[in-house]
Amino acid sequence: MIIYGVALLAACLLTGLYVGELLGQLLGVQANVGGVGIAMLLLVLASSTQRFEPLVTGASATGINFWSAMYIPIIVAMAASQNVVAAVDGGLLALLAGVAAVVVSFALVPVLSRFGPQSDPLPPLDSTPGTPGTLATPSKTSGGV
Amino acid sequence: METLVAVISANGLITAFAVVGITVWISYLMSARLTAGRIHGSAIAIILGLAASYWAGSVTGGSRGVVDIGVLAGIGLMGGGMMRDFGIVSTAFGVHISELRKAGVVGVISIFAGVIVSFIVGALIAVAFGYRDAESITTIGAGAVTYIVGPVTGTAIGASSDVIALSVAAGVVKSILVMIGTPLVAKYIGLNNPQSAMVFGGLMGTTSGVAGGLAATDPRLVPYGAMTATFYTGLGCLMGPSILYFIVRALV
Repeated sequence: MIIYGVALLAACLLTGLYVGELLGQLLGVQANVGGVGIAMLLLVLASSTQRFEPLVTGASATGINFWSAMYIPIIVAMAASQNVVAAVDGGLLALLAGVAAVVVSFALVPVLSRFGPQSDPLPPLDSTPGTPGTLATPSKTSGGV
Repeated sequence: METLVAVISANGLITAFAVVGITVWISYLMSARLTAGRIHGSAIAIILGLAASYWAGSVTGGSRGVVDIGVLAGIGLMGGGMMRDFGIVSTAFGVHISELRKAGVVGVISIFAGVIVSFIVGALIAVAFGYRDAESITTIGAGAVTYIVGPVTGTAIGASSDVIALSVAAGVVKSILVMIGTPLVAKYIGLNNPQSAMVFGGLMGTTSGVAGGLAATDPRLVPYGAMTATFYTGLGCLMGPSILYFIVRALV
């Protein structure tokens, strides 16, 4: 059932957000600490656990894959609802602070990536319009990693 | 015509699906015809989205882009935090635990490094623009972390409202620049594998920026970058009004 996969996804997100809120309260921070990240970990764990197999294979997997294929359209909608005017009108200081933070952080990516075990570059994408749909290929992982 | 507008407005989310679908279709067409596939279709779609938001913001004077145009209000639901987080989590389906483990320690380091480096850069620019009080410098520095950390920090330490507004603007600039800039620099910073994507997410931190930037670069990298990025704002909110503020206060 497609809804099983969607429900698992929802359960992971809600649990993650709840734990993130609790973490925030515990640390005295007015923000959700890592809720989405925790939710992602839960989904990864669920999809590699035997017990959850009926929820992450077959039609149930379609329910999850549908949302990961909808991810880019959602991001496009998100881009269309950003306050771009404020960013442009924020003046030179806001512009410089934002740009400089990004440039320095970009430059640090290769520096920090050198530490720890390396992972191999992903194989090239075939750039057909359908590619967003292929971003999750769980068939190999869902059995047990 | 009135009836059509009524139907469109009453079914906001459905309208959003149709409008975004058409936008993505046009973007892939532009990608193939105008750039011979060199610029990814999703990158063009995100830029079209941002451009539409700028146009809408200038016309309506609102702060939520096209969402402030009545018939397009559903875009706000589709692109809001709820759907964004749901979409991000779904991309983790198929992530390899072994890749997460590989970047575990360096991923955590990158989150700390990202918050501290962005803060220092923002704070230095605040000083360069003549700010001398610890509250303003800290708040603008925190804004360069993300547009959430800025106002959270500013409110906590009692910065003035125009400085808080500036910090939000700095954060929004950062987020938008990451969306647009990531596919352009990906090749040069080695952003082509899960491990560097996790470092990237930790360093940039802005969830919207990382989510959009990686989607436009290679959608398969999204879950790895998003995983670390979601801890960044929390850490920033933790450090901004406390240790970073104390350090700035000791220095000025």
